[in-house]
Amino acid sequence: MAAKKKPDVKSNAALNTELLHAMLLQRRFEEKVAEAYALGKIGGFCHLYIGQEAVGTGVMSMLRPDDYVVTTYRDHGQALARGMTPRSVMAELFGRADGCSGGKGGSMHLFDRNLNFLGGHGIVGGHVPLATGVGFAIKYRGGDQCIVCFMGEAAVNNGAFHESLNMAGLWKLPVIYVIENNKYGMGTAESRASSIQHMYKRGDTYSIANAEVDGQDVFAVRDALADAIERARTNYESTLLEIRTYRFMGHSMSDAVSGTYRTKAELEEYMKRDPITLLKNKMNAAGELNDARLADMEKEIAAVVQDAWDFADASPEPPPGALYEDVLVETTSDSPVRV
Amino acid sequence: MAIVTYRDALNQALREEMHKDDRVFLMGEEVAVYNGAYKVSKGLLEEFGEMRVVDTPITELGFAGVGVGAAMVGLRPIIEFMTWNFALLAIDQIVNAAAKMLYMSGGQYNMPIVFRGPNGAALQLSAQHSQAWESWFAHIPGLKVVAPGTPYDAKGLLKSAIRDDNPVIFLEGEMLYNTKGEVPEEEYVVPIGKADLKREGGHCSIITSGKMVLTAMQAADLLAKEGIKVDVVDLRTIRPMDVEAITTSVKKTNRAVVLEEGWEICGIGAQVVDYIQRDCFDYLDAPVIRVHQADVPMPYAKALEKAAKPDVPKTIAAVKKVMYIEA
Ligand SMILES: Cc1ncc(C[n+]2csc(CCOP(=O)(O)OP(=O)(O)O)c2C)c(N)n1
Ligand SMILES: [Mg+2]
Repeated sequence: MAAKKKPDVKSNAALNTELLHAMLLQRRFEEKVAEAYALGKIGGFCHLYIGQEAVGTGVMSMLRPDDYVVTTYRDHGQALARGMTPRSVMAELFGRADGCSGGKGGSMHLFDRNLNFLGGHGIVGGHVPLATGVGFAIKYRGGDQCIVCFMGEAAVNNGAFHESLNMAGLWKLPVIYVIENNKYGMGTAESRASSIQHMYKRGDTYSIANAEVDGQDVFAVRDALADAIERARTNYESTLLEIRTYRFMGHSMSDAVSGTYRTKAELEEYMKRDPITLLKNKMNAAGELNDARLADMEKEIAAVVQDAWDFADASPEPPPGALYEDVLVETTSDSPVRV
Repeated sequence: MAIVTYRDALNQALREEMHKDDRVFLMGEEVAVYNGAYKVSKGLLEEFGEMRVVDTPITELGFAGVGVGAAMVGLRPIIEFMTWNFALLAIDQIVNAAAKMLYMSGGQYNMPIVFRGPNGAALQLSAQHSQAWESWFAHIPGLKVVAPGTPYDAKGLLKSAIRDDNPVIFLEGEMLYNTKGEVPEEEYVVPIGKADLKREGGHCSIITSGKMVLTAMQAADLLAKEGIKVDVVDLRTIRPMDVEAITTSVKKTNRAVVLEEGWEICGIGAQVVDYIQRDCFDYLDAPVIRVHQADVPMPYAKALEKAAKPDVPKTIAAVKKVMYIEA
């Protein structure tokens, strides 16, 4: 599918700087997360996005504030890219009251209603029907928003994925399903889990437009999104994107970076296409970046990340009373409502 | 008051609430063109159109999740399962998504959604189609579980469920759809979480809900002929349970039989008995007895099926036993 370039209001340099900043922030933030995890400040399952930043960053950079996003447990980078503050994310990881989910969700369940960030979800494939439902709601109201649903490539072998895409294709819903194909579901290579090797083709089964995208190139991601968004906004049509990427860390914090299921040599090969390096090189070549400016950016980001840590560390534990809050809500109004 | 079937009472509730609130829509298998597998949604497609009365593929996990997503962004879905047996394919969406969304989002995303459909055994449908699921869902914090036994309660509770800002599991009874009862012409609701004393006796309490209310009432009629007068406490809502209604009755009668459609182990009755032993320990004149389905998958053969199901004779025998009356 040929990508149409959208004219950009911002100059390329300004846009590129923003994209670089977003990706660097995610990278440095998660490096800090790994540190905090090692110190026991963060517990439970914790899945890093390092290596995949161009996917979330490219996608979010194309969305409007009133669009929706739903994702998996690998959600820190996407939450930051959508605009959640490093403070609220870090405080959530620390399990503190000021966290975006009040300390009740943790790493896998980042939510922000103000940003239409409908959560990180922990059941592989389980959130995919939610996206179809949001698409249904958008069309029900006659809106022109879209919803992006991120998932790992292992989710496409799950029944929820197929049921969801069938309904989206059948009913024509403005959903953009983004498979982040990082080649592995934990330790299982895609070729050992999926009967076909080009997962985007699964869209054909459900009459859903589909494409394969280089996920290490933030611009390729943006271009693919431009097409998908147009389909969603103008025709209520879904898109399935297989965005090829690679995770540079283990599956979660308890998993070695390489080992039985992938070699160090493979990892090193893929790390040559670090999405941040690729963007830096491009900006350097265009004269949009130099060492001094990069150093300034790194310095500023280091301060922001340290501030997030300090904020999270100082944030109180959720009060004991919070234990029994948010199980149910008080039902408030029963007056007639017109959509 | 008009005499209305349980089916039509539900239909009225759906129609009234859909008129009242454009955000309410009905989705499920055969709900639209076919008028509902049990005709509960009869006429609704014609009245509200295909955006609000939506036939789905046979994809319980998928459309339950569609409901959850739609509820997150402000619609008020009613998700119909053709029967609750098929909802097992969707239990991930009900338990892992709907019930937990509010909590794990720290209070940001509530879930105004109703999951409804017929629950429990009908006649000779055998193992996979004859199951009562209330204890499965009542186990989960974040859900409300409602099981009306009469047309009046069915309508009033469904209206409350649709207006509720939380996920509600609404268990109907296939064998109840044709039963009739009084339903007021004027608008009313039955609050979730309130039991109803369906019969006042004094010798013994029968605590029950859903389809078993009918069984309890029939047992109460027959017992009355023998001079035994029982309280029938219809829980109506299983979660949150109206504990006070249970203990008030048991403190008065000093004896209790707990009647449920499902299996014994970890069943609703176990929870009711726990509330009784905690609050009524010094009031009891006999151990509480439970009446429930035999601890086997439902058999097909008529006689075996009858033997497996809780029924009027078993309920009467249990009441006599807690009263130390020789059968
Ligand atoms: C239904 C379900 N089964 C198993 C798991 C355990 N699990 C968590 S992540 C994961 C691998 C998923 O891989 P993929 O979808 O490719 O996403 P990635 O982790 O690579 O981002 C597994 C098996 C789960 N969370 N949910
Ligand atoms: Mg993967």
